[in-house]
Amino acid sequence: MLTIQEILETIKMVQEEKLDIRTITMGISLRDCSHPDPYAACQLIYDKILRLASNLVEVGEKISREYGLPIVNKRISVTPVSMIAEPSRVDSYLPFAQALDRAAKDVGVNYIGGFSALVHKGCTAGDDILLDSLAPALAETERVCGSVNVATTRAGINMDAVYKMGHVIKDLARLTARENGLGCAKLVVFANVPEDNPFMAGAFHGPGEPECVIHVGVSGPGVVKRAVEKVPGADLGTISEEIKKTAFKITRMGELVGRSAAEKLGVPFGIVDLSLAPTPAVGDSVAEILEAMGLERCGTHGSTAALALLNDAVKKGGAMASSSIGGLSGAFIPVSEDAGMIRAVADGSLGMDKLEAMTCVCSVGLDMIAVPGETPAETLSAIIADEAAIGVINQKTTGVRIIPVPGKKVGEMVEFGGLLGRTPVLPLNRYSSAGFIARRGRIPAPIQSLTN
Amino acid sequence: MQGQTWKEAKGNRIIISVIGPDRVGIIAGVANVLASNEINILDISQTTLQEYLAMVLIADLKKSRIDLDTLKDQLHQKGQELGVRIDAQHEDVFQFMHRI
Repeated sequence: MLTIQEILETIKMVQEEKLDIRTITMGISLRDCSHPDPYAACQLIYDKILRLASNLVEVGEKISREYGLPIVNKRISVTPVSMIAEPSRVDSYLPFAQALDRAAKDVGVNYIGGFSALVHKGCTAGDDILLDSLAPALAETERVCGSVNVATTRAGINMDAVYKMGHVIKDLARLTARENGLGCAKLVVFANVPEDNPFMAGAFHGPGEPECVIHVGVSGPGVVKRAVEKVPGADLGTISEEIKKTAFKITRMGELVGRSAAEKLGVPFGIVDLSLAPTPAVGDSVAEILEAMGLERCGTHGSTAALALLNDAVKKGGAMASSSIGGLSGAFIPVSEDAGMIRAVADGSLGMDKLEAMTCVCSVGLDMIAVPGETPAETLSAIIADEAAIGVINQKTTGVRIIPVPGKKVGEMVEFGGLLGRTPVLPLNRYSSAGFIARRGRIPAPIQSLTN
Repeated sequence: MQGQTWKEAKGNRIIISVIGPDRVGIIAGVANVLASNEINILDISQTTLQEYLAMVLIADLKKSRIDLDTLKDQLHQKGQELGVRIDAQHEDVFQFMHRI
């Protein structure tokens, strides 16, 4: 029999510490939707999404009520569009993005991911068209998210794609200038991208995934922060232990919701992704966890070590709680979405260099970072190359979601609104990287031994 | 949780939690809602949470014909009358978190 303390602990996690299921994401394969006629292909895509996902939102809400757990988002990820659209004879994939957007709207999900291409070794004809279509497609649609994988540990870094993505990001910012370049918040450039990530903007349904699958993303920075605060003055081994126990409990919730949703929807259950995903709400912050460990401000010396401890303990607890852990699983450090990160940037404690260092030990990368609008495309490419190098050498996923905010200068505050939050514009190194980026080509795959 | 164990965890038991300032009639109010829906109370325990009363009831929905959503609404309404927060959740959510 459960004890009253256990029951109240669970209730407190949800009520006070903002434990939530961040997303139920349905992955849908579109591999049977290709067609030489692009409009026929778009119709097949639209019909298939509506057939499989029409009660996703309803089921999500039912589970949320039954268990008393908030399920914040219901989303869809699809096969990378570059693979599906390739047989269609067109020179822009914009209609495909519009079909996805319409399907997302009609089933009631707020984001659909998969306007994507995997180009770590090189681009096919379809990949090239997708890359060229990214900026207009993400600017003209509301709910479509895109991602491009430009590097893997086994293939190295495709610097032609890295070069191109700098320009795509600039174009996308320009096309969405009226909303502070918000289009860039829907685009992630990855290295070693996971195929089953349920979190936007980087979600897509990888080629190794089944026909249709349910993934769950759980979050709970507030719960972890409380766990750290419960052991004041304890040594770091004890803190790691506390975080592990908490991560275990949170992941169990994801497992329960995932299984329940999969059963109700009649599709297989994929993975639970336990990622501490902050929101702009105070108390729902990864930076505040690091500060609870004894750092005066996130970003000061010691932040990388504290984040490494946190990320590893989260993974260990999660791996014990579910045999289907996947996706990104760790701690996210999106600047504009985390009240503690925003404060750290505003106070001058956290900058680009420290953020880059922190991405070596956390689950993704440079996320939701606003930089001056006049930043050259080559500099953006160079930032992507640095981040890809970290991922490739350390055999981990890294990503870049960066917004060169049109017309904004260093230190100015930018509002993105809602869960995307707000952030001051960060300063970048003022020296040029253009000569390096202009060389293009490929950075070869790294040696896998002699790894010091 | 796989196969057999997953199936066993699915039952009709729910956990009803009441949190708020203590006053006369809280147990009676909740019990009334449950009784009128033919819901059997298996266990009641209470404690104080800071200055508040925290009461937890485990109940069995087996013989009842009400669905959890409607029951939640009725309990919520009763909670407003009594000035406390009343919620009902499926037992699995607690079992999954605290029992392997």
